[in-house]
Amino acid sequence: MKTVKEDAGAILKLFDAFEKECNGTRKSWVHELRQKARARAAELGIPTTKDEEWRYTNVAPLAKRAFTRPAPAKSLAVKDIAALLPPGLAEARLVFVDGRYTEALSNVGSLPKGVTLSSLHAALASDDKALRAHLAQYARQNDHPFVALNTAFLLDGAYLHVPKDVEVESPIHVLHIASGGEGQLAHPRNLFVVEAGAHATVLEHYAALAGGTYVTNTVTEVSLGEGAQLDHTKLQEEGAGATHIASIEARLAGKANFANHNVTLGGELTRNDINAVLDGEQVECTVNGFYIANGTQHVDNHTLVDHAKPHCHSYEIYKGVMDDTSNAVFNGKIFVHQDAQKTDAKQDNKHLLLSRDAEVQTKPQLQIYADDVKCTHGATVGQLDADAVFYMRSRGIGRAEALRILTFAFAEDVLKEIKHQAMRAWIASRVHERMAHTTGLKTR
Amino acid sequence: MSTETQSIEELAKREYKWGFTSNIEADTAPPGLNEGIVEFISAKKKEPKWLLDWRIKAYRKWTEMSEPNWAYVTHAPIDYQKISYYSAPKKKKQLNSLDEVDPEVKATFDKLGISLDEQKRLAGVVAVDAVLDSVSVATTFKGKLAEMGVIFCSFSEAVLEHGDLVKKYLGNVVPYSDNFFATLNSAVFSDGSFCYIPKGVRCPMELSTYFRINASNTGQFERTLIVAEEGAYVSYLEGCTAPMRDENQLHAAVVELLALDNAQIKYSTVQNWYPGDEEGRGGIYNFVTKRGKCAGVNSKISWTQVETGSAITWKYPSVVLQGDNSVGEFYSVALTNKRQQADTGTKMIHVGKNTRSTIVSKGISAGRGQNSYRGLVKVTKGAENARNFSQCDSMLIGDRCGAHTFPYIEVANPTATVEHEATTSKVGEDQIFYCNQRGIDTENAVSMIVNGFCKEIFNELPMEFAVEAQKLLGISLEGSVG
Repeated sequence: MKTVKEDAGAILKLFDAFEKECNGTRKSWVHELRQKARARAAELGIPTTKDEEWRYTNVAPLAKRAFTRPAPAKSLAVKDIAALLPPGLAEARLVFVDGRYTEALSNVGSLPKGVTLSSLHAALASDDKALRAHLAQYARQNDHPFVALNTAFLLDGAYLHVPKDVEVESPIHVLHIASGGEGQLAHPRNLFVVEAGAHATVLEHYAALAGGTYVTNTVTEVSLGEGAQLDHTKLQEEGAGATHIASIEARLAGKANFANHNVTLGGELTRNDINAVLDGEQVECTVNGFYIANGTQHVDNHTLVDHAKPHCHSYEIYKGVMDDTSNAVFNGKIFVHQDAQKTDAKQDNKHLLLSRDAEVQTKPQLQIYADDVKCTHGATVGQLDADAVFYMRSRGIGRAEALRILTFAFAEDVLKEIKHQAMRAWIASRVHERMAHTTGLKTR
Repeated sequence: MSTETQSIEELAKREYKWGFTSNIEADTAPPGLNEGIVEFISAKKKEPKWLLDWRIKAYRKWTEMSEPNWAYVTHAPIDYQKISYYSAPKKKKQLNSLDEVDPEVKATFDKLGISLDEQKRLAGVVAVDAVLDSVSVATTFKGKLAEMGVIFCSFSEAVLEHGDLVKKYLGNVVPYSDNFFATLNSAVFSDGSFCYIPKGVRCPMELSTYFRINASNTGQFERTLIVAEEGAYVSYLEGCTAPMRDENQLHAAVVELLALDNAQIKYSTVQNWYPGDEEGRGGIYNFVTKRGKCAGVNSKISWTQVETGSAITWKYPSVVLQGDNSVGEFYSVALTNKRQQADTGTKMIHVGKNTRSTIVSKGISAGRGQNSYRGLVKVTKGAENARNFSQCDSMLIGDRCGAHTFPYIEVANPTATVEHEATTSKVGEDQIFYCNQRGIDTENAVSMIVNGFCKEIFNELPMEFAVEAQKLLGISLEGSVG
C-alpha cells in the first residue's frame, strides 16, 4: 500500500537559512509559532493521492523537488507592473514581490483614521496588538500540511485592520507578484481583520513576471466582528509553470457578511482550500468561484462552510470551464452542527467541458446534524446548450462568438456578485482575455 | 416541534418483533479463520478442486489486506478469529418432500410469513430458495422453472450440478481480490443462490430468496450469482430478518449480476436485520458487496433497496455500464433509528456509449441514527453521450440524528450530462398541522409524509414484495407504507 504522505524534508531544510533571515525576532512569540509549525509540518509531510483530501490532486512530487528561497527581488518600477493594476483601484495598494513587501510599488495613502494597512513584517516589528490577537488563530496549521509549512516560513504578507464601525470605501488591492524563477518557493501570509460594524473590500491578486516552475504557498486569515462586512476577491493569474496552493480561513461573528469570490485563471496546478466558520447567529456567507483551465492545468477547489450557530445563510456557486486536457476538482462541504437550527445553505457546482480530454471530479458534500434546516446542493457537468448556440447562429452570430458569449454568461453568475463596480469590470475583462486564449472557444 | 419527535421516539422504542431464536442443531466450525477452515468448508460442501483453489487464493489475498475505514461509521474492532465461519442445520436424512423439512425450520419460516408449502402458497408465483444460516433447506418451484431452462438453486447445488456455469461466471463481476469483505467472502462463503436465465427466456415468476441469520456467532457469507443471457429477463427479490442477539454479527455477502445483450435484471431488497437495542448493542454489521455488470448492448440492471435494519449498513450496489445503450438504476430508501448507522449509495460506471443511469436515494434519520449517502458517478473517456441523473433527499426527524451526502462525480467525456441534486429537510410543522386539522393524528401524519417522501422508491418494488416491505417498514415507522 502506498503511504498517505511523503517526507517534507526538501522544503523544511530551507528552514535554517530562513531562521537566519529572521534574526532579531528569534526570541519572539512569532518565532515560537514558526518553530511549532515547523515541527508539525515535519509530522504532516506532503500528502499523496492516498490521502482522501488530496485524492485527485497530486502534490507528492513537491517532496522530490529542489527549492530555493526567492532571492531579494530585482527593482521594479510601477510602469513594469502597470498591466496588473486595475484602473480605479489605485487608492490603496500593497505590492509584494516573491513574498516580500515592496514599498516603491505600494501606496497606502488615504485610508480612514484608525485603519492599519501594512506589511505583516512591519506590523510584527512594531508588535501590533491586534495582529498578535488574530495571527494564526484561524488557519489550520495543526492539520493542513501546507498551512503548517506556510506558518513555519511566516514572514511577510498583507495586514489589514479596520477598527470598529469604520467603513473603508476604496477597495484594497493586495498584489503578490512572483518573479517566476525555477524552483522558487514563497509563503505569503495575509491577515484581514474587520472589527464589529466595519466594512472593507479587498482584492487579493496573484500574478507572475515569468512562467517558471515556482511554488506559491499562501495562507489568508480573515476575521469579521459582529455585523462586519468584507467583500473579498481572490484573483489568481500565476505563471504557466506555477504551483499555487492557497488556504483562506475565515471566522465570522454574528450578523457578519462575508463574500469570497475566488477567480482562478492561471497556474499549472492550483489548490484552494476555502473555509468559513459561521460562528455567530444570522451570518450571511457567500463562497463563490470561477475558473477557466486549458492545456494541462489542474484546478482543485476545496471549500468548507461550517455552520456552527443557528439562523445563518450560506450561498455557494462554483463554476468551471475546462478545455484541452485540463482537470478540475471540486470538493464543497457544508457542515451543519447540532445546534445550528434554521440553517439555510445552498451550494451549486457547474462545469462546462470544451474538449474531449478535459476531466472533472466533483464531490459536493453535506454533513448535517440538525433537523430544522434547509440544505441543498447540486452539481452538473456538461456542454453548452446546442439549441442556444444554434439560436445565436441563426441570428448571424458566428459560432466562436456565440460560444464566447454563452461561456461568459456562464461565468457571469459568479462575477456579478463582486460588489465593487470597477473591480468587477476589470475582472470581467481579465476573464474575457483569458477566454480569448482558450482554443475550445475559438475553433469548434 | 416535539410532537412528531415524540411519536418517532415511541416507535423507536418498540421491541424487535421478529426477535426469536429457533433451536436447530447446528454443525458449526470452531471459531477462527485459517486455511484449514477454508478447506473444512470446501470439504463440507464437497466442492471441486478449482473452487477450493479459488477460495485459498482469496484467503491468501485477504491475509494481506487491511480492513477499510473510510466509511462514515464507527464500531468496535471486529475480531475475525472469534467468528465461526460455518454453520449448517444438521441434515438428518435426505429430504424428499416438504413434509420432511425439520418442523422447527418450517415453523421459523412460517413465523416470518414465508410459504414453503407449494400447495397453499400464498405468494403464488414466488419461488423461495430459503437459506437458513448457510445451507439451503428447501427449494420450491424448481420443476416449473426447469421447464423453461431457468436454473434457480442454492449455490452449493449449482457448484455440484452446474459446475461449468459457476466456474465461468464466478468472480466475473466481483473478483476475489475486489475488497476486504468481498475477499473474505470469496474465501469462506457458505451458500447463497445461483440463478441462470438462458437466452431469450423471460423468467415467468419473481425469484426470491430469504436470508436469516440464526446460530449465534456465525458470520453469514452468502454468495449470489445471477446471469441473464442474451434477451433474458429476471426479477429477483431478497428479504431478510434476523433474531435478536447481543453480539454483533458480521454479514459480508457478495452479489454478482451479469446482464448480456438485451438482458434485464431487476434486483430488489428489503432488509430488516436486528438493528441493536436502544444503546446500539447487538445488531448486525451488514458489509455487503453488490455489483452488476451490463456487459451486453441494451442491457439493464436495476437495484431497489429498502434498508431499515442492521446496526451498520455499508453497501453500494453498483452497475458497470459496459455495453452500449445500457441502463443502470438505483432506488433506495434507508432508514436509521436508535443508534443505527448507514453508509450506503451506489456506483455507476459509464463505459459504453449512450449509457444512462438514474439514482434516487431517500435517507431518513431518526433517533440517533446517522445516515450517509455515498455514491460515485464515473464517466470514462469513451462513454459518449452518457447521461446521469442523481437525486438524494434526506429527512431528519429529531435533533440528535445526522444526514450526510458524499457524492463523487468524475467525468472525462465532454458529451456527458451529469446532474446531481440533494436536499435536506424535516417533516414540516405546517404539513403536520394540515393533517391534524383534517383529523389525522400526528403519528399517522408523520407516517403519511414519510411514505410520500419514499413513494418513488416503493413504486419500484415488485408487487409481490410490497406486502413484505410494508410489514418490515412498519416496525420502524408504523403505517409509512400506505
